[in-house]
Amino acid sequence: MNGLAILIPVALGLGALGLAAFFWSLRRGQFDDLDGAAARILIDDDEDRPA
Amino acid sequence: MSSAPLRSADAATASTVLVVPAMHCAGCMAKVERALTAVCGVTSARVNLTARQVRVDHDAGLAQPQLIEALSLAGFASQPRGDDLAAPPSAVKPLLAPLAVAGFACMNVMLLSVSIWSGAEGPTKELFHYLSAAIGVPAILYSGRPFFTSAWGALKRRTTNMDVPISIGVSLATGLSLYETMNHGQDAWFDGTLMLLLFLLAGRALDAMMRDRARAGVDGLLRQAAAGAMVVGREGTVQWLGAADLVPGMVMRVAAGERLAADGEVISGASRFDQSLLTGESKPIALTAGDPALAGTLNLEAPVDVKVTATGTGTALAEIARLMEASGQVRSAYVRIADRASRLYAPAVHSLAALTFVGWMAAGAGIHQSLVYAIAVLIITCPCALGLAVPVAQVVACSALLKRGVMVKDGAALERLAAVDRALLDKTGTLTLGRPLPDPLVLEALPRHCAEVALGLASHSRHPISRGLAEALMARGVLAATLSDVSETPGLGVRALWQGRAVSLRRPDAASGIATTLDVAGEPTWLIPFADRLRPDAVAALADLRKLGIEASILSGDNRAAVDEVARELGLAAQAGLTPQEKQAAIAALQAQGHKVLMAGDGLNDGPALAAANASIAPGSASDVGRQAADLVFLGDGLAVIPAAVRSARRTMAVVKQNFALAIGYNLLAVPLAMAGLITPLLAAAAMSTSSLIVIANSLRLARAAR
Repeated sequence: MNGLAILIPVALGLGALGLAAFFWSLRRGQFDDLDGAAARILIDDDEDRPA
Repeated sequence: MSSAPLRSADAATASTVLVVPAMHCAGCMAKVERALTAVCGVTSARVNLTARQVRVDHDAGLAQPQLIEALSLAGFASQPRGDDLAAPPSAVKPLLAPLAVAGFACMNVMLLSVSIWSGAEGPTKELFHYLSAAIGVPAILYSGRPFFTSAWGALKRRTTNMDVPISIGVSLATGLSLYETMNHGQDAWFDGTLMLLLFLLAGRALDAMMRDRARAGVDGLLRQAAAGAMVVGREGTVQWLGAADLVPGMVMRVAAGERLAADGEVISGASRFDQSLLTGESKPIALTAGDPALAGTLNLEAPVDVKVTATGTGTALAEIARLMEASGQVRSAYVRIADRASRLYAPAVHSLAALTFVGWMAAGAGIHQSLVYAIAVLIITCPCALGLAVPVAQVVACSALLKRGVMVKDGAALERLAAVDRALLDKTGTLTLGRPLPDPLVLEALPRHCAEVALGLASHSRHPISRGLAEALMARGVLAATLSDVSETPGLGVRALWQGRAVSLRRPDAASGIATTLDVAGEPTWLIPFADRLRPDAVAALADLRKLGIEASILSGDNRAAVDEVARELGLAAQAGLTPQEKQAAIAALQAQGHKVLMAGDGLNDGPALAAANASIAPGSASDVGRQAADLVFLGDGLAVIPAAVRSARRTMAVVKQNFALAIGYNLLAVPLAMAGLITPLLAAAAMSTSSLIVIANSLRLARAAR
């Protein structure tokens, strides 16, 4: 029973942290260009060198 | 953000947003960003692929044309973004935050609920109920807002929609759970309510995502068309002005290959103009000084100066826009299938809940207990699977269609398309490619070295005929000959030296229709006729439409002879020489006979007809008006996508109906249990997620529908 007093706030806190992180990324515009973000990983930064 | 460079706080830098419609993959993104950052003075360039835009931060001294030039060297056409074309507000974004909150709250409350279900008793259970309420109530208030506002709007207009039963169910369930929590009751329903909101918001977000994605594509095309003109100043200066800034009396210099931005009168020069976009007439008309020229027509041959006589509301274009505004009734009167279903569904659910309440009262269960059972009925019947049934199916079908190059503007378009039983097709630009192509027989007969010279000459000119010729020759694998002393005389042609021999690609001495003449000194002259040709798969596509039970006919503004030729070739009935009003009337007549009409067209003159038809489709090469008025826009030269789109729309509707059947079947099982008072929060949560998952799985089958 005492364990719950610690575990529940911890669980809620972690969840709230995730939610806060999501809101932060939403406000920073990370969801503005979902297609671009998916494609960006395929860009080779070192194109000049032979593969 | 605007098209003009923005001054940021640091006065030495500015940023510009350019629209680059041709970007579509990682390779394009990299090329665009590299090309721009290589320009001296650019600090950074960041592509937004969804909006097909690139944002460039650069020194204030750097001018836009330099950026556009750098991009065109990299092979991308671009344009500064106009203010009026600023990206429409995204429909998904306002739903993301409620979705996240509902997800967070749902998971946490579910965690607490699981411990209650597995036997937490006494003070622990009460504590958990209070915790659930503390998380659940604010979360429900926040993430339920999209539904509450929409339901309130519907009630104010004295109608109902899907959101009315949702809002009633959600608020009653929340109120009851709160009451139970405070009175040490047996069950609280926060978990079920939040799960319901989560699923419904997910459906809503998917629906919005589909619309956003298609809009981004269509807007990308729209931004491509330059609306404006080079205006000649009094001192001979030439300046680019947007269409909105043109006033009567200004003189526009219209180069070959440009479209007129306003109605006017030719004051110097002579050329032939293609009016097909405006009237459907395929034969170019010759205009000289003193003749009136209409906005939207394409200058084919030589640069001319045109004095603006009318702009904005005064033009022939504006008349068409006015017609279109008046002709959207069929579509605005269309009620989406989800709303039609909920019109039947909501009263049924509410009377069942009322019946449960009355029944238990009569059986002597007491107000509180009867209310609990009635609300259990409301929660269990909340249209969770129904809310997902339509959007998931449509999103899956639309993304499958998008892969084939068909952009669907919204889900309602797909529903209307599925019901179509009659198709009307415009000729110029829809059945045909809408651009002059060289005669393939002549190209075949052309000796190799002549073809090489022709390509070399054609590639030096921006004239539409030259470009068409260059494209066709390159498609045949011809390599350009090396030429020297190339010079272009506007209106006459290109001349050069090839291996010491004079060669030229010029206007023919005498020709009916469009043609060009290839001269190679010491060899016979070649006349290459140009004509607008049928799309390569038009015959097959029309046969396919007939197989779907859709009878097609031609509705054209072009002259009788030209239309009859195409009609004979395709074996279709045809009406020719129609004005935009008459096209609209033809559609209205068919609709009056009970037909559901699909209109396929591209021109300005098709705009009113596209808006009046039950569903409409336009090629990506269509006029702005055509693309805006149409429900679907297809890319590429093939017409086969039209029957494919109809087929996939019908398949989508079939799946939507299956989904409804599944959702209602689930209710048939669950409602008697709820009315009997046997449903616990655990059962409700399990039933809700199972039925939603089944509906989603069924919809995913559509991923293959467009293939």
